[in-house]
Amino acid sequence: MDFKEKLLDSHLAFEQDVDLLHPIHDYRKKALKRFESDGFPTKSDELWKYTSLASIIQKDYHLSPTSESNIELKDVKKYFLNDIDSFKLVFVDGIFSPFLSKTTHDGMDICVLSAAISKSKYKKTIKKYFNKVVPENESLSSLNTSYTREGAYIFIPKNMEPEDPIQILHFSTGAQKSIWLQPRNLIVMEANSNVQIIERHQSLSDHKVVTNSVTEIYADSNSHVDYYKIQNDLLTSSLIDNTFISQEKDSNVSVHTFSLGGQLTRNNLRFYHKGSNISSTLKGLTILEAKQHVDHNTLVHHAKPNCESHQDYKGIFSDSSVGVFNGRIIVEREAQKTNAFQQNNNILTTDKSKINTKPQLEIFADDVKCSHGCTIGQLDKQALFYLNSRGIPEKEARALLTYGFANNVLESVKIPNLNKRIKKLIAYKLGVNLGFDL
Amino acid sequence: MLEINNLHCKIEGRSILKGVNLKVKKGEIHAIMGPNGSGKSTLANVISGHEDYEVTKGNLYYKTNEINELSASERAHDGIFMSFQYPVEIPGLTVTNFIKAAINESRKARGLDEMSSREMLKKIREKSSLLDIDTKFLSRSLNEGFSGGEKKRNEIFQMAMLEPELAVLDETDSGLDIDALKIVANGVMKFSNDDNAVVVITHYQRLLDYIVPDFVHVILDGKVIKSGDKSLAKKIEDKGYDWLKKEKK
Repeated sequence: MDFKEKLLDSHLAFEQDVDLLHPIHDYRKKALKRFESDGFPTKSDELWKYTSLASIIQKDYHLSPTSESNIELKDVKKYFLNDIDSFKLVFVDGIFSPFLSKTTHDGMDICVLSAAISKSKYKKTIKKYFNKVVPENESLSSLNTSYTREGAYIFIPKNMEPEDPIQILHFSTGAQKSIWLQPRNLIVMEANSNVQIIERHQSLSDHKVVTNSVTEIYADSNSHVDYYKIQNDLLTSSLIDNTFISQEKDSNVSVHTFSLGGQLTRNNLRFYHKGSNISSTLKGLTILEAKQHVDHNTLVHHAKPNCESHQDYKGIFSDSSVGVFNGRIIVEREAQKTNAFQQNNNILTTDKSKINTKPQLEIFADDVKCSHGCTIGQLDKQALFYLNSRGIPEKEARALLTYGFANNVLESVKIPNLNKRIKKLIAYKLGVNLGFDL
Repeated sequence: MLEINNLHCKIEGRSILKGVNLKVKKGEIHAIMGPNGSGKSTLANVISGHEDYEVTKGNLYYKTNEINELSASERAHDGIFMSFQYPVEIPGLTVTNFIKAAINESRKARGLDEMSSREMLKKIREKSSLLDIDTKFLSRSLNEGFSGGEKKRNEIFQMAMLEPELAVLDETDSGLDIDALKIVANGVMKFSNDDNAVVVITHYQRLLDYIVPDFVHVILDGKVIKSGDKSLAKKIEDKGYDWLKKEKK
């Protein structure tokens, strides 16, 4: 039996554990049908031309989350942002860990999706938002929808702002030799609200784990969201991140994606504009080695006038690593005075590393400013000599140039502690300890 | 401090230096002059260890050690500094972070602890005021968008911070107006003392009015063809290089 069949068959068992009468179950059933007919994407699909899932879906995975594994705070503490965090949603092998988490219902809801599904007071919100921004034709999202059960639920009412960033952390313990996880996050921001969110997936042992996650974000008028994705998992882990953002007028949403680890990572990041005067920011920093593969597949759908979007993706590829950037911008006829900017810069440090970069602009309006550009190059030799001649050895000089190259993605990280963390991760990744904190 | 014997060097298969001899002692300032393409910058690059320059013959001694096999960073740790004719722009790396990395890498190589932030800051303040550098400039990306004068001042600032024993200044005067030239030259003269040596590479005598050399050497076609005191520079200013070419023949 191949893995697709297993997913279809196992759904019966999944249904025994969920409320079949809840309205979202209709979505599950429809999505399963859709996945059954679409199947996993293949390289003949234009959006998957440079990324093959074959290596990960040929294996068998444990599907249903197992009872909470025994992990202690000390095992995972280093992945938390601060010693004392305000809000944290921690999942272990797909199961929510109340012990490691910090939720709230005080003035806002920062809790789990299963609770929001089961409690009647959330019914209205769930009905209004669930699965409304997820396109039907993305089969991995359909697969996630069909198995929707658990994930983060964040509801920030009008004019509210959590005092600290919210962390969504997924740990995988290796209790199962191979596991397929499908978290589902729903984030609803009412007018004038603000939030910062950090998401991370982390394996605690070198077992096979594939995460196929879906995050829906609804940003109402004049709300502000800064979302940070830290992808620094072990080489045995793969991640398919599907993030869909619906923005109303005057809202401002930024997503930073730091892809440093993992075996195969695919980021499907989609922005949909529903009002005017919107700002969308997509920034990515990818530093890969070994045989790592990261695919950034973005879409910004400009549908209304006077909106802007900024995409800035940087990649540094060593060994036999492979990067893909496919950035799509659609500007509808109505979206006059759009300002859409896209940039993808890459450094290949070896002959075997590879980058496939493809900007895609579809513009139907006539009064717009759209720019795109991509570069592929190597670290500047003369710059290396300049640093060497000042006493900075080869490895450190390469690290400094890499850091300089990546810096404009780093400098827009607004959480100081996170900024420091990421710089440390980069220094660690580049194997250097410099005379200043990167 | 520096002794160069019969140095021959190639870049991309092309012979540039064809038997250079030069001796520089502690406390001395040497000027190297010569027309375009004579090999002046090549000499600076070879001394500081640029990998593209292949030494095919001859020796390079620094503090009595043969340094031919040392990397550029190892030479820097040992006290060699080159001020670049065209300082490289490095976006995203601030002047301050660059200086910190450079100083601490050298200290690490010498088995010293990192310089404390306080000490570093004090030194930065002291040296930047010496060169009339606005401290705002230190948080800018290295050389990015700097004017010609700012780039050169930044080079001399780095020299002042790193306190090398041998400083090779490659056309530090090019692109400078007279005021900037005076500031830069003043920085060099303040740096120069009995324990270090300076080699100034220049086209023009003008710089040597402010950085007064003990010796002047003329390079022509990959060889030092004439050495003398500062009056040699004056003579070149008046008569050009042609008389030397004829004399050589």
